[in-house]
Amino acid sequence: MTLPPYADLLGITLESSDGAPVLAMPFGADVIGRPGFVHGGALAGLLEMAAIVALKHALESEGRADTRIKPINVTVDFMRGGREKVTRAQGHVSRLGTRIANVETIAWQDDRERPVAAARMNFLLAGS
Amino acid sequence: METAPFPFDPADFFAALPAGHGRRLGIRYGAHGADWCQLVLPWREDLVGDPARGVIASGPIVALLDMATSVAVWMKRGGFLPHATLDLRVDYLRPATPRREVIGRGECYRVTRSVAFVRGIAHDGDPDDPVAHVAGTFMFTGVPA
Repeated sequence: MTLPPYADLLGITLESSDGAPVLAMPFGADVIGRPGFVHGGALAGLLEMAAIVALKHALESEGRADTRIKPINVTVDFMRGGREKVTRAQGHVSRLGTRIANVETIAWQDDRERPVAAARMNFLLAGS
Repeated sequence: METAPFPFDPADFFAALPAGHGRRLGIRYGAHGADWCQLVLPWREDLVGDPARGVIASGPIVALLDMATSVAVWMKRGGFLPHATLDLRVDYLRPATPRREVIGRGECYRVTRSVAFVRGIAHDGDPDDPVAHVAGTFMFTGVPA
């Protein structure tokens, strides 16, 4: 799966897993918000990218890799400050329809059970 | 008793923005008022999320609106006071026009003892034809609940 330029700006790399790939975003000058913390916008960007990756992964496994996806909206909850370490995120497609997909995503650092942020995204799907 | 805010000028703040995500995205000051702030996100090759069409990714637009609404809270509260984004909801009304800068305008329309409520839009030239709409909340840190 190829990631867009914006994912490179965030320094995102993919890690394989059972289910959708996990995205890893290193801490660095490009993603700092207030000193010592990850910028909320960078976290939101990581969550959105994880949602897109999970959706593409799900579409591929259904033989619908050519489907075009358009984000309709995102809701992000910020739960903890992201500290100076790698942040990981993984999306989960809760429903994949013919026209709409609903995707949930969480981002965490040390412990997946203690997320730093989570997002829900709705996508419009269009046949190629 | 809340700590007195220290004076805050968004133009100076963005002129002296230290290295970080905002500066990496190229976000700069636009305008501000008593309870609102407008920031500008340039179109850049490395912000693209859809290479086939050159459309900017939605992530930088969330970052833009997060920052514009955050500054709007400082304007409304009369200065810089610590807070954290609690949640943001962004509706993507249409793709931003390739190679055009995006303007994010955030407004803080209500402040309580511990929470600020914000809303705003992003547009690429015509505020009546926005690319995105945002609603969100910030919680004040360092304030007893």
